[in-house]
Amino acid sequence: MKRFCLVLALSLLAGLSLVRPGFAVNPDEVLADPALESRAREISLELRCLVCQNQSIDDSNADLAHDLRVLVRERLKEGDTDEQVLDYVVSRYGEFVLLKPRFSVRTILLWGTPVLILLIGIAAILMGARNRAARRATPALSAEEQAEIDRLMKRGE
Amino acid sequence: MITELGHYALILALATALVQSLVPLIGAQRNDAGMMAVGPMAANLSFVLVAFSFLTLTYAYVISDFSVLNVVENSHSMKPMLYKITGVWGNHEGSMLLWVLILVLFSALVANFGRNLPDKLRANVLSAQAWITVAFLLFILLTSNPFMRLANPPAEGNDLNPILQDLGLAIHPPLLYLGYVGFSISFSFAIAALIEGRLDAAWARWVRPWTLVAWTFLTAGISMGSYWAYYELGWGGWWFWDPVENASFMPWLAGTALLHSALVMEKREALKVWTVLLSILTFSFSLLGTFLVRSGVLTSVHAFATDPARGVFILGILAVFIGGAFALFGLRATALRTGGLFAPISREGALVLNNLFLTTATATVLVGTLYPLLLEATTGTKISVGAPFFNLTFGPLMIPLMIAVPFGPLLAWKRGDLMGATQRLYAAIGISILVGLVVMAFTTDEPVLAAAGMAIGAFVILGALTDLVNRSGAGRLPAATAWARFKGLPRSAFGTAFAHAGLGITMIGVVAASVYSTEHVSAMNAGDTVEAGGYTVRFEGLRDVQGPNYTAKSGLFVISRGGAEVARVTSAKRFYPARQMPTTEAGIRTFGASQLYVALGDMESNGKLVVRVWWKSWVTFIWYGTVLMMIGGALSLSDRRLRIGAPRKAARPARTAEAVA
Repeated sequence: MKRFCLVLALSLLAGLSLVRPGFAVNPDEVLADPALESRAREISLELRCLVCQNQSIDDSNADLAHDLRVLVRERLKEGDTDEQVLDYVVSRYGEFVLLKPRFSVRTILLWGTPVLILLIGIAAILMGARNRAARRATPALSAEEQAEIDRLMKRGE
Repeated sequence: MITELGHYALILALATALVQSLVPLIGAQRNDAGMMAVGPMAANLSFVLVAFSFLTLTYAYVISDFSVLNVVENSHSMKPMLYKITGVWGNHEGSMLLWVLILVLFSALVANFGRNLPDKLRANVLSAQAWITVAFLLFILLTSNPFMRLANPPAEGNDLNPILQDLGLAIHPPLLYLGYVGFSISFSFAIAALIEGRLDAAWARWVRPWTLVAWTFLTAGISMGSYWAYYELGWGGWWFWDPVENASFMPWLAGTALLHSALVMEKREALKVWTVLLSILTFSFSLLGTFLVRSGVLTSVHAFATDPARGVFILGILAVFIGGAFALFGLRATALRTGGLFAPISREGALVLNNLFLTTATATVLVGTLYPLLLEATTGTKISVGAPFFNLTFGPLMIPLMIAVPFGPLLAWKRGDLMGATQRLYAAIGISILVGLVVMAFTTDEPVLAAAGMAIGAFVILGALTDLVNRSGAGRLPAATAWARFKGLPRSAFGTAFAHAGLGITMIGVVAASVYSTEHVSAMNAGDTVEAGGYTVRFEGLRDVQGPNYTAKSGLFVISRGGAEVARVTSAKRFYPARQMPTTEAGIRTFGASQLYVALGDMESNGKLVVRVWWKSWVTFIWYGTVLMMIGGALSLSDRRLRIGAPRKAARPARTAEAVA
């Protein structure tokens, strides 16, 4: 919810009565096993608080974020791998819950654009370099200059 | 009455801007000095009119004139005076007025300090600048009028969003807008060059200082915004990859690329077409950012669809200016002759590499920001793109860029010597590797990432120093000679070194704060203690505080080390009755470069208070680095080369007169 608040605040929009301060992980949620807890935190950072604006459940104090944090920890306690936990959450809440979208037909342009732009850029630079090299290779004499040289050469004879 | 005068002044400003948008342009076409001279006059008049308009709105806020709708919605008679004034731009209408004020301020600056520009260029620049002014004045007058009156004024206002009642807000938007809108000058210079079909090294020399000014302010604005979010939002995050942040980050990335490509153009007449394109792109990102933030499209695509007047208007502005600029570019760019030749390994080559990575990074941020909006609008599918996406894509792009930074300044123009540059960097490389090894040995959590990040950060800082040492000849020449040369180095050399070193320091701050920070969440009674970063934090208890327009619960914490008290901090939760909204005021204490950050959570049913204590390792480096970047910008700006060739200092003729006398 805090995140929501920031966005609205920065957007300087009105109507912020929904916002409540508070924080993410509460002492009663924390798992006794530190290794498990640290995995839970890592997973939490990848899950979106569905009622918030672009905020992970690890940062949010919304009730739904709390429920999700508890859910993630329950799954971990039952021995799920990180991937299984994510799959489980996605099966219940949909892809929208992932802050890092999975690679699919729908997200191909999202993931592909950085690579594409980088490749296009490299290609453009290489082509530019080749053009420059080509220009350097061919002596850039205009017809008049050539004529002038020819004239001078003839005079010398 | 005064409010109506302000409204009227804004309409007059529109009329003035319309004149400015055409007369100097036609004058430049016809070579008519009289018509071109209209430009500066109109620019100054527009500035005076908009400034007056802005002051009348400020006055309405200062006297809490609740017959003005905008004041009612965003102010309160009990609000401290500082926030009454900053509240003027703490809302949609007022912030757009500030936007236009800064736009006409830049026009007036070009009009007054651009006396040594060729008349035609200045006339065209002022006209292009006026087109933007006309568009945004129309936007304000037609969709976002801040001077709307109420027939039945209420006795009290709704107050300003409490999160915005902070000194950070007072400074953040004006700085951000000085950067955002400042790039309009580079844009107008590009348009003017395309209209005239003339583009040479002198153009780059004129446009660079304006780009530097905008870039420096934008750096300041983004950095301030980041620190503001860090201390105000109460959980110690400093960058969230939020669309609103990305909106300001994209012009910064593109502007950084522009600064570097304009350098190539100025020195070597190469990359002309690309520099013009970047000038257009950078301001396009400013416009896009304005659209994203102002249209409400970010909050919800549906909210945007139900009340689209403002959004569609800005989208129209966006389409006309970006589309128009690119059309003009397409028509005229081929006429621009490409310039100087250079080998791949050269200063130019390094700057091309800089542009490649910065442009790709900008595109990455752009696609990550817009993709969810576009996907939802076209297919209805909702996806989220958040920090994990950007960390995975943006991060790797920065690593090669950062490694290349120290090499750039050490390579010669035209044809560089990579081996030679590497040899000069031997010491920097050696120390950085050592730093990396030490970090790796002492880090348990993500040692490779931490070591690589720290080593690269150190390399960038040491590389910046190496450049200065190398230029002064220290080590090769006698100390006195080297010192004399060091003092004689152009300011721009120091500017580069400061900005690059700042980048390295920010990087070290980012890595250290991510890897070494610790978080301690606990439920506390008065007298309980928490250990963080080698300090003991003791909770002393809560007390009630009555503020001017809020009530607060304030917790006192005593910080001690080895049994001895070193500091006391208060951390509070405030409640603003007018908006029924709470805020958090974190207790922050700086120790060296690190910070101890204390925030209050909720009260548990057993009467214990949830307290979050963070040890934020070296976190201040993040912002110190940006301060160095700003100093670098200011130093470059004061370079003699830019002062002489560029719009600066009316005092110069006087000094010459003295010299003659």
